[in-house]
This record gives sequence, C-alpha cells and structure tokens, in this order.
Amino acid sequence: MSAPFAFWPRLTWAVLVLPVAAGLAGTLAPALGWLPAIGLVEPGFGAFAELARLPGIGASVLLTLATALAATALAWVLACAFVGVTTSWRRAAPLRRLVSPLLAAPPIAVAIGIAFLVAPSGFFVRLVSPWLTGLERPPLWLFPGDPWGLALILGLVVKETPFLVLMLLAAQAGRPVERELLAARLLGHGPLAAWTFAVLPQLYPAMRLPLFAVLAYGLSPVDMALVLGPTVPPVLAVRIVELLGHPDLTQWATGAAAALLLVALALAAMGAWRLAEGLGWRIVRHCLRRGPGSRTFVPVTPLALAVPTGLGALGLAALAVMALWSVAGRWRFPDAWPATLRADAWAVAAVDLVPTLALTAGLAVVVSLTATALALLCLEAETHRSRPVPQRAQLWLFLPLLVPQAAFLFGLQVLLVALRLEGTPLAVALVHLCFVLPYAFLALAGAVRSLDPRWALVARSLGQRPLAVLLRVKLPLLAAPVATTLAVGIAVGTALYLPTLFAGGGRVRTLALEAAALAASDRRSAGVVVVLLTTLPLLAFAAAALVRARVERRA
Amino acid sequence: MSLILERSTVLLDGAPLFDPLDLEVRAGATVAVMGPSGAGKSSLLLALVGGLRPPLQAAGTVQLDGRVLDGLPPERRRLGVLFQEPMLFPHLSVRDNLAFAVPRRLKRAERRARIREALALAELGDFGDRRPATLSGGQAARVALLRALLAEPRALLLDEPFAKLDVPLRRRVRAFVSAMVAKAGIPCLLVTHDVEDASDLDARVLRLTAPQPPSAAGQATPRARASASSVSRIPG
Repeated sequence: MSAPFAFWPRLTWAVLVLPVAAGLAGTLAPALGWLPAIGLVEPGFGAFAELARLPGIGASVLLTLATALAATALAWVLACAFVGVTTSWRRAAPLRRLVSPLLAAPPIAVAIGIAFLVAPSGFFVRLVSPWLTGLERPPLWLFPGDPWGLALILGLVVKETPFLVLMLLAAQAGRPVERELLAARLLGHGPLAAWTFAVLPQLYPAMRLPLFAVLAYGLSPVDMALVLGPTVPPVLAVRIVELLGHPDLTQWATGAAAALLLVALALAAMGAWRLAEGLGWRIVRHCLRRGPGSRTFVPVTPLALAVPTGLGALGLAALAVMALWSVAGRWRFPDAWPATLRADAWAVAAVDLVPTLALTAGLAVVVSLTATALALLCLEAETHRSRPVPQRAQLWLFLPLLVPQAAFLFGLQVLLVALRLEGTPLAVALVHLCFVLPYAFLALAGAVRSLDPRWALVARSLGQRPLAVLLRVKLPLLAAPVATTLAVGIAVGTALYLPTLFAGGGRVRTLALEAAALAASDRRSAGVVVVLLTTLPLLAFAAAALVRARVERRA
Repeated sequence: MSLILERSTVLLDGAPLFDPLDLEVRAGATVAVMGPSGAGKSSLLLALVGGLRPPLQAAGTVQLDGRVLDGLPPERRRLGVLFQEPMLFPHLSVRDNLAFAVPRRLKRAERRARIREALALAELGDFGDRRPATLSGGQAARVALLRALLAEPRALLLDEPFAKLDVPLRRRVRAFVSAMVAKAGIPCLLVTHDVEDASDLDARVLRLTAPQPPSAAGQATPRARASASSVSRIPG
C-alpha cells in the first residue's frame, strides 16, 4: 500500500516536468529540421547554419550573456549588502518594507516605469530642465535602449534584487543569526564583516537555486528587453520571439535553433557562475583569515545600505510616475508636473480594459489556488513518507525556472497546437501553473516543514483520518502562510509575459501583454495598465496581510 | 586592569529584572554571578557585551580598564565571551575559526605562530583542518575559549559554558578554563547556577536578587543588595 497523498507529488512532477521536456523536444525537432506540419522533413543542421548567418547574431549572444551575468551579479551583491546591513544594524530593518511592493510589481510594469524615468524626455531630465540643463526639448541620447544593455541591466537589477533579498531573509529565518553575529563581533569584526564572514557562507547553499532562476530569467527577459533593451541587435531571446512569430514559416527552424543556443548559453552561464563561486569563497576565506580589525567595511556600510535602498526607491518612483501619467492631461516636455490632470485614460480603460482585467485576475486566482493546493498536498505527502526526501530530488520543482523561457515555450506551443489547445485560456492556465508552482512551493515549504508534528499526531490519535487532519487541523494552523502563498502565486501569474504570449498564441490578452504593446505608444494608457498590473498583486498581498493579522489576533 | 559594574541591571519595559549590581573584578580574579533560571543572568551578560535586544535594555555603567563601555558596539568592547554553546562557525575549519579572531595588525608569521600555539594548548595540534562539527563537546569548548582569547580581550565573560558538558568532562574543561584565565591575567566574570562552577574557578560569588515588587516599594525595607561571599573549595 502506498503512503497517503503519494499521488500528488507524481501529478505535480508531471505538471512541472512534462511541459518543459515536451517543450525542449518540440524545440529540438524543428531546429534539427523536423517539423512536418510546416514542411520540414529533412533532418540536418541547416537551421544552425542559417542562424550563424543572421546579421549581428554574435553581438546578440555577447549582449545576452553580459546583461544576464552582470545583472545577476549586481543584484546578488546588492541583496547581500542590504540584508547584511539590515540584519546587523536593526534600525535599518524597517527599510525591508520597501521589498514587498517591488516584489509584487510585474517586471513589465517596472520596466515601463524605469524607461519613463530615465528616457531623454523622461522625469529625471524634466526635473532638472530647463533651469539646470538649459534643455527646451528632449536630448538625443539613446537611453533606454542603449547598445550596451545598461538600461536593461538597471531594470533587471531593480526587479531581481528584492527577490534575492526575500530569499536571503527566508534562508536566514530559523537560524541563530543574531548569536552568530554577536559571536563574530565580539571577536572584533565590524557589523557588515561579521555578517559576510559568519552568516553569508552558511546561507549560500540555499541561495544557489534562486540565483540560477534569476540568471535564467536574465537570459530570457523578453518583456523587459522590449522596453529597456537595445534594438540593433536585441538580446537573443527577443530575436527568438521575432523569428518564431515571423509570417515566413522557414524562419521557425532558425528560431528553434536560436532557442537551443539559448539553452547552451544558460548552461555556460551557470557553469561560469559555479566557477565564480569557488573564487568568491576563496576571497572571503582569505579576508577572514586576516582576522578582525579592518576598517575596510566602515565606509562601505552606509554605501551598502544606500545603493540598494536607492534602487528600490527608483523602482517605486518609476511606478508612482506611471500612476501620475495615467491621470496626466497636458504634460509638455520640460515640465516636471503635468499642466492638467484628467481621467480620460481611465475612462477609456473602464470600457476597454475590463475584460482584460477580469481575464488576468481570473487566470491568476485559479492558477494560484491550484498551485497552492498542489504544493500543500506535496508537502503533506512528504510528512507521510518513511524516509526524508533527498535535497536533490527537489531540483525538478525548479526546472521551469532554470530553463530560459524562450528556449522551451515554442516547443510547448507546437505541442499545444497539436492538442488543439493553443490560444485557449486553459492552455495559458496550464502553462502558468508550471511557472507559479515552484514559487508556491518556495513560499509554503518552510512553514509546513516547521509545523509541530505533534498537532497531527494528536488529531490522528483522536481518530481523525489523514485528509481530515490536513483540512481541519493543519490548514487552519497554516492559514497565514497559505494566504501569503496564494498572494505570491497571484503576483507571479499576473507578471507572466512570454508564457502567456506563446500558450495563448497572442489571442489570450492579459494585462502583461497589453502593457508590452502599449509601452512604446501611449504613455497614458501604459500608465493605466501599469497601475492595474501593480495593484492586482498588491491587493492579493494586502488580503494575505489581513489573514495574517486575524491569525495573530486569534493566537 | 579591572572590570567595574556600577548599578548594572537589565530593564524589561522599564522594570529591572534584578536588583542593580555593583562589583569590581580585578585582573586575574574571577567573580561568579549566581541565581536561579530566569533571574536574568544571561541577560546581564548580553547587556555587558552590547547584545541586548528590545524590549530588554541595559541600565547602569560598565567600565573596563577605565573605559566606559556603554553604547560601544560589541566589536569595540574588547570582551571575550564563552556562551553555553561553543558558537564555532560550522562553515570554517578549526584553524580558520581561530584565524578569524587574531587581530589583523599582527604579522603573518606571528599570526600563524599564535594559532599553532592555541591548537597546541587545546591539545588539538592535528585538528586544524577539521570541521567544528567533528569535535567532541570538550574539544569544541576548548577551541571556543582559545578563539575568544586570541582576540586579545581585556576581560572574559562566561555564560554557563560548562552546562552542556557531562560531569567528568565539566571538571576537566573547568580546570582548563581556570588555567587559561590565570595565564591571560584578565578579569573574568562568570554567570552560572552551578555552585561547583564558582568553587572550581576559585570565584567570589554574587547572587542576583529579585527586585522589590512595586507594591512593597513604599515600605521601609532595606534595599536588597547583591551579597558577596566566599565559597570554600569543595573537595573532590
């Protein structure tokens, strides 16, 4: 007889692994010249030769690697600095509240906001014009969209640093961090040094997966790259989407080959990161062997707090300015404030965007409920196993986050077309589930695993069956983390751009898709969409906070 | 050289956990602060090193070699501490745990010599590359003490460092600590509820006394003070 709930981990495995595996296979086949549906029946490496002939492909590859690695490394350093300072200097801890709204905001919303802040006609230039710069019309520099991808790196760092901060804080929770810090400081190390030497190396193993997820996203940030990235040539993922969306079907094979190239780049980037880990650990060890008494960290500490906080503030300002745009009337260039305020864009949205909003919210809620239920059932199955689940066996949970999206979504689309599902909300929901589940698992695992096992034992000894124990004892005890998990799921689902584009065939229009479409054209409508995109997850987090407050009052 | 506490106590929401403490520990001497569980012994120690967290708050003045320590961050107090757990960093080898404490101003050769000497003193000469998790309780306690002393503290504080060791081991580790404290020649303050800790370390004993309840404050009771008494060595 199998253990209770053993079915659910298998179903979850299927939900997570099958789409990725099928997607990769469905990408591999056309790349190697096999996709009978469009007349490709001669296997060969022609598509790769075609790919190599694309103009600027080398630049795209370099740009992709450079932006992904630079953004991940920067976000990591900033996240460490922020967590290090706010842990060892408790007065700075309230700054951590900056993290949640940025975490909730979808990348496309952050990207649009940042683009407007830093653009030649953007808010920052307006603030200092014309009284300081003398500019009466926008300057002609190319930013965002600079050929080095600096604006894209900025956007990625603003969006990914809060995620890494959250992951570091989660890894820190439940560890005797305060004691360890005190022990290191009593030996003479300053606050930031104490955290870096005594705490960080112990957290790192738990951070590797989140870091690789950030790296994988950075390699395939189509939504952010469309708004902030360079155009000639763009990053590889954008070119993949262009090739695969091309009316000329022969381009599909080239696109599939490019998608495989992206997988290779991901493997190379992760390999490079592993090598850098070794180097980083050597440097840390070398520094700590030199003993306490360095003043190096003294000037660094304010900087370590100021830079990540400043970037967080930049992200929030970006969202706020978009909210302002959504109600702006006349707002000519050098003015820092709109001449008139009006609700036109909102009036239009109230008519046009309601179905989009309903679809986005409905999808996000249904997918998040499913993902949370599956995560809970998987974790429940864990408690009924006779042996603990080995760490490595959980790697597959994060598979959809570790493979660059652009690399397998096309294959998945081919599969969905074959199943006659492509372009339906059901297909979009299934694909969303595969991206939301890992985050639901991340959000819920700690709370479920640290729940006192005696609760269940007591209930079982009173004659309750496992399912009743789960629903009537554990679920109420876990109400707060379950509510947070639901909110995380809604935030992740709302933000998904590329999966929606591919699974929906562009016909299932969610807010993220509308935002990308409006980003370049109409700032007022873009402002409305950005506000809606950010509000939806924030409402979910607010609801979760209410649940948590209720639970705490009960306790 | 001495460690001086003047009217030191720990406040919880403004109310003292124990009667304010006045004491002086001279170089080479050991004072044991005793009291039952929950009397605030560990909190007193955290107050001395600057590690109290709200809602707990330190009150009174602490001086070390004429310097006032109040308000200084832990790394500038020059206090060596041994907690109940050895607090060896699990991600560092025994040698790196020791190297972590040797002041940076020392030359490389001198640093190495001190670490070697510390390993030899702990009778762990060959254990430098081991992980702390592979050490026995007694070995870990010795490494933790030597690590604290390598940072060249001006005083040593002990928070029931023997509580987690079994009885025969406790004796041996106490003797080791006693020898090291004598060698370092610095003031040593011990908090414990075990009277043998105090006697084995030749300590003068102070007892923490509960503060008078506010309702009794109006009565003319003499203010309870921490009482000092000598404890004779218990044979064995």
